[in-house]
Amino acid sequence: MKKLLSVFAVFFKIGLFTFGGGYAMIALIEAECVEKRKWLTHEEFMDLTIIAESTPGPISVNSSTYIGYQQGGVPGAIAGTLGVVMPSFIIIYLISLFFMNILDYPIIANAFQGIKVCVGVLILKTGFKMFGKLKKTPFNLVIFAAALIISLAVDIFALNFSSIYLIIICGVLGYVLWLIKHLREKKEEAK
Amino acid sequence: MIYLQVFLEFLKVGCFSFGGAYFAIPLIRQIVLSNGWMTEEVFSYFVAVSESTPGPIMVNMATFVGSSQAGILGAALATLGVILPAFLIIIFIAKIMRKLVKNPAIRNVMDTILPCVVGVITATGAYMLLSTLVSFAPVSFDFRAIIIAVILGAILLIYKKKTGKAFSSILLIAISAVLGIVAYGI
Repeated sequence: MKKLLSVFAVFFKIGLFTFGGGYAMIALIEAECVEKRKWLTHEEFMDLTIIAESTPGPISVNSSTYIGYQQGGVPGAIAGTLGVVMPSFIIIYLISLFFMNILDYPIIANAFQGIKVCVGVLILKTGFKMFGKLKKTPFNLVIFAAALIISLAVDIFALNFSSIYLIIICGVLGYVLWLIKHLREKKEEAK
Repeated sequence: MIYLQVFLEFLKVGCFSFGGAYFAIPLIRQIVLSNGWMTEEVFSYFVAVSESTPGPIMVNMATFVGSSQAGILGAALATLGVILPAFLIIIFIAKIMRKLVKNPAIRNVMDTILPCVVGVITATGAYMLLSTLVSFAPVSFDFRAIIIAVILGAILLIYKKKTGKAFSSILLIAISAVLGIVAYGI
């Protein structure tokens, strides 16, 4: 029980002190869970970051579930995840209660005219940053370009085509291509 | 029924948000726009608030959208929906996770999904930014927005060049708020 409370408390703190999510959180998780409490080793932590990047969902939830589970099974996982989600849930819920109303104030409305430009800039910047890290193989470039063009077309022409379909198509494509390569390798071995 | 809908839509986001928050944003955007829950403009406001408050952006967005559509129960259901897939996946495959992540077939699938995710995020950012700068029927430019965009872009580029680090997103949002007050107030 004490363990569960401590898992909850650690992740509550992590959830409270990380702004903007993702990678800032990882540094805090490392400080609190690896260095301070030695709940996992640095190697295990590296594994965790790889896992958290490959699975869907928020990195913080992936981490809190994983570490919570290691520390206390399913109840531990629940404690960790509840902890990390609770601060933002409370804060955002409270904000949501009066948010639309504060937009009625001209100064706030004007501020948000500037902010909405910033949001576009930040998302585009993230796209560029991720593109920078991408290996520029012909395959990657083709998939990137196709996804980019299709997504733009969907928006420009107000089509009803979710990006989820793109993910599924790429996932299937990835699997099929691997299968072909694998079968070819087996054929070579058989000779 | 709105409660079920909110839960299921965010469950989808929770299942498909590979690459974290920045892919969740386009997904959530499509959901709110296609359901007619809010305009593109209000959606971008929610994103800004979600980025400026503690906690994972995706969770903040779920709570915010859920609350705006269906009160506290909506907020709770949306939040639950978005975290449940990750939670279940980690619990059920935690033991074999390390092996799975190294499996060549799975690696290939993830390697194919990644450039797709990057393409979608880039397209979303480009479209969202452009739609704040230009409208099309009739064609008109928002010059104040264009100037703000140029200033923000310059800040990001110059800071990156001089320090090699990324400029704080929250600080940029705060700056853009001030620019907005100045540009549209005068």
